[in-house]
Amino acid sequence: MDMKTDKKKLGLKEKYKLLTRDLGWETTYHTADEVFPYVKYEGIKVHDWGKWEDPFRLTMDAYWKYQAEKERKYYAIIDAHAQNNGHLHITDARYLSALKLFVQAISPGEYAAGKGFARLGREFPGVGPRVACQMQAIDEIRHAQTQIHAMSNYNKFYNGFHAFADARDRMWYCSLPRSFFDDALSAGPFEFMIAIGFSFEYVLTNLLFVPFMSGAAYNGDMATVTFGFSAQSDEARHMTLGLECIKFMLEQDPDNLPIVQRWIDKWFWRGFRILGVVGTMMDYMLPKRVMSWREAFEIYGAGNGGALFNDLARYGVRLPLEWNDAVKALDHMTHQLNLGLYQWSFGTAFHTGIPSDEDMAWLSKKYPDTFDKYYRPRWEHIKKLKEAGTPFVNTGLAKLCQVCQIPTPYTEPDDPTALCLRESEYKGELYHFCSDGCQRIFHDEPEKYIQAVLPMPQLFQPPLGGDIGAWMNWVGLKNGVDNGDYDGSEDQKNFAAWRATATSNQ
Amino acid sequence: MQIDLRTVNITPRRQTFDHLAWRFGDKPASRYQEGSYDIQAEENLHYRPTWDPDQQIYDKAISKIVMADWHALKDPRQYYYNTWTIARARQQETTEANFSFIESRGLADSMSAALKATTLEVLIPLRHAAWGANMNNSFICGYGYAAIFTQACMFQAMDNLGIAQYLSRLGLLLGDTAALDAGKAAWVDGAAWQPLRRYIEDSLMVRDPFELFVAQNAALDGLLYPLVYGRIVDDFLSPQGASAVAMLTQFMSDWSVETQKWVDAVLKTAAAESEHNRALLCDWTKAWSARAASALLPVAALALGGDATAVVDEEMAAFKTRLAKTGIQL
Amino acid sequence: MSTVFIALQANEETRPIIDAIVRDNPAAVVNREPAMVKIDAPGRLTIRRQTVEEELGRPYDLQELQVNLITISGHVDEDEDSFSLHWNS
Repeated sequence: MDMKTDKKKLGLKEKYKLLTRDLGWETTYHTADEVFPYVKYEGIKVHDWGKWEDPFRLTMDAYWKYQAEKERKYYAIIDAHAQNNGHLHITDARYLSALKLFVQAISPGEYAAGKGFARLGREFPGVGPRVACQMQAIDEIRHAQTQIHAMSNYNKFYNGFHAFADARDRMWYCSLPRSFFDDALSAGPFEFMIAIGFSFEYVLTNLLFVPFMSGAAYNGDMATVTFGFSAQSDEARHMTLGLECIKFMLEQDPDNLPIVQRWIDKWFWRGFRILGVVGTMMDYMLPKRVMSWREAFEIYGAGNGGALFNDLARYGVRLPLEWNDAVKALDHMTHQLNLGLYQWSFGTAFHTGIPSDEDMAWLSKKYPDTFDKYYRPRWEHIKKLKEAGTPFVNTGLAKLCQVCQIPTPYTEPDDPTALCLRESEYKGELYHFCSDGCQRIFHDEPEKYIQAVLPMPQLFQPPLGGDIGAWMNWVGLKNGVDNGDYDGSEDQKNFAAWRATATSNQ
Repeated sequence: MQIDLRTVNITPRRQTFDHLAWRFGDKPASRYQEGSYDIQAEENLHYRPTWDPDQQIYDKAISKIVMADWHALKDPRQYYYNTWTIARARQQETTEANFSFIESRGLADSMSAALKATTLEVLIPLRHAAWGANMNNSFICGYGYAAIFTQACMFQAMDNLGIAQYLSRLGLLLGDTAALDAGKAAWVDGAAWQPLRRYIEDSLMVRDPFELFVAQNAALDGLLYPLVYGRIVDDFLSPQGASAVAMLTQFMSDWSVETQKWVDAVLKTAAAESEHNRALLCDWTKAWSARAASALLPVAALALGGDATAVVDEEMAAFKTRLAKTGIQL
Repeated sequence: MSTVFIALQANEETRPIIDAIVRDNPAAVVNREPAMVKIDAPGRLTIRRQTVEEELGRPYDLQELQVNLITISGHVDEDEDSFSLHWNS
């Protein structure tokens, strides 16, 4: 009911500009260099922050309105899920391993990303990107919290969730995502944008959330589906911010291209290493599977990422250096990682298991070139050992990759029978790597990566001194409860018993 | 498969996560607790920041304030993302209703030209001050320690942005884009605004997150909001026929009262921790509030003229009384 | 030409939006997956406010999309009348 006609009606873009851009001013009591001290040292040249295009033009009033609507829906479902024993609706409690891994390894990353975006929300000289980063900062806090809240009720009934905060800081496999996010947080503001905004959000988040959440839907887990999709609705904004930022850097100065390309190379590979964990959840931890890791990568990695790199080609950007290594790894990495997790499952706060005959039939259908040839025989062997009462356990110390922190379970890109190991000497010390990509990343910034905290050597140093019981206490792992094979676990027994009471009149 | 499971009574194996059981015992935790305690990484930080190798990625030592446990700085409003967003969405509905009430009835036009001019002169440059506050709170969240404290600062930063945007809309409603242009010119060049702009720009140089918390949220906003929205808008402009302005700035008045509770709780806890903290907080508060009062004086004079000194003095006295309750004597 | 896509939660609120997309983008392909609907289109996809309003029978603000959006691929261009995704290659 606009009764006033004398004022010109402002369009969305114009209004947004007045309500954000126009708030900033050029400081005079202190120079821009003093106010924004971290924006130049990475070598990115920006001539005009005003050229920044705001992709989503959300003012705070709209933000509050739509986010509150999302929140109300989300918590209504979470409440119903808790009140109605929603945990008994899932297909099978072995599915929960994926959630345990998620809350230990991924949710802390959401929080860390929020911290980084709060910093960028202060450090970027442009008003447009600052506002977008600030919104992403609170969104990331939201994601960490909604994820913890979704897991809260599962934690009351199932093992493996209870010590996620200790796991985040101390558990060996959590060191993989932790080192990724710590790497981004210790980088400058532009590299952080490429790491999280571009690589993680644009290239990888779809792979993390979309197929994973569809998997949760297939497995009857409405709590997770809801947090996943609710979080994704924010990710669309975040992805667009990442893409906008990369275009902005490339358009501002041609000298930025080699720096940006180096970061794309680095963060693609860092991200791909994290996705190995997600792929393993998809291929091995979901009782009912929606698509294989390979299929998901074809749609969201190769399809979406390919379109993106075609588009960026006009700036001179090429595919990440290790793109081909990634494609070659698709048919192997989840199988190799899951074999690793199984043999080290005494030290995981989630259960693993030997795939059933039905699972193996699915895996050989989805991985026709590799599963039957390389991986089925190994599972059959492990199955025999278990049947003979001598289950396969590896308490040996794996060599950890100095960069991505994976215990080097992967094979050579062109030879699936040879373990891929690289090593380099730096200042008289020997460092190990899982791949050419990680070795290259190390040599670009050796002074950074020699600082890495390696959790396995930690176990053998004081105060733990190789005492596995003490290590378990330290990481919050309850032996025989949280770890080991799902088959025979408390989770399995309880789920079966509770389901039986729920479906009968006993 | 749809099965009715409501009748089943299963005894939970545990009530909450280990870190909350350690803090509060094994009982069901609130969503505020679950979302706020111990969710930031504490140990085994991998690399030193390349932007400042003297710091850790999360570093308590960036601030001179020392806390045995930064999680003591809890928010009495118990805001986590959900409760904050929903509280603000409700307030936003009221504000939106107020804006459309005033727009649809042309109430802004019933204000005299002089009253309108004073309103714009005092309020519109403040959108830039709110934007400075936004940058500062984003900083405190980015570099402060422990989610329970820093998340509230990020909410505060977004509130600051919302306020800057409400002020911009008020300017557009009362004086179109020319009002925003004039406000910005005054902010950048107008004599009355330079002490305040200097205050904001100086605060942008502060890199101790807790000192910045004091400078921005306690000292400056602790004086600015009661002065501008209480003394100037409610007590001075409204009775002259600018009740429309009071409606359009209701968010700011309510917000100031609400957020002061949080600011006071944080200060009180930090001051109670040690004499070291208390002394530091006294020094910071004293220095920044004195500067804030003198920076706000010419702004208040735009509306209140010769009465401004007395009014600012009264607000300063009220601020001292308020701070005394947190254990900080000015 | 590269494919752009948008994925929306499958629910009553998005049904008319999907219908509007199909009307305005003849080349769009609708994939119905668990709990979500993913719409692919070659090169460009546009959501028009007016079409959504016709399908919905009430005024619609395109920013309401935020509530049910799952993911997108392509550059975004948004104003009050349309929301579009495109690739430049």
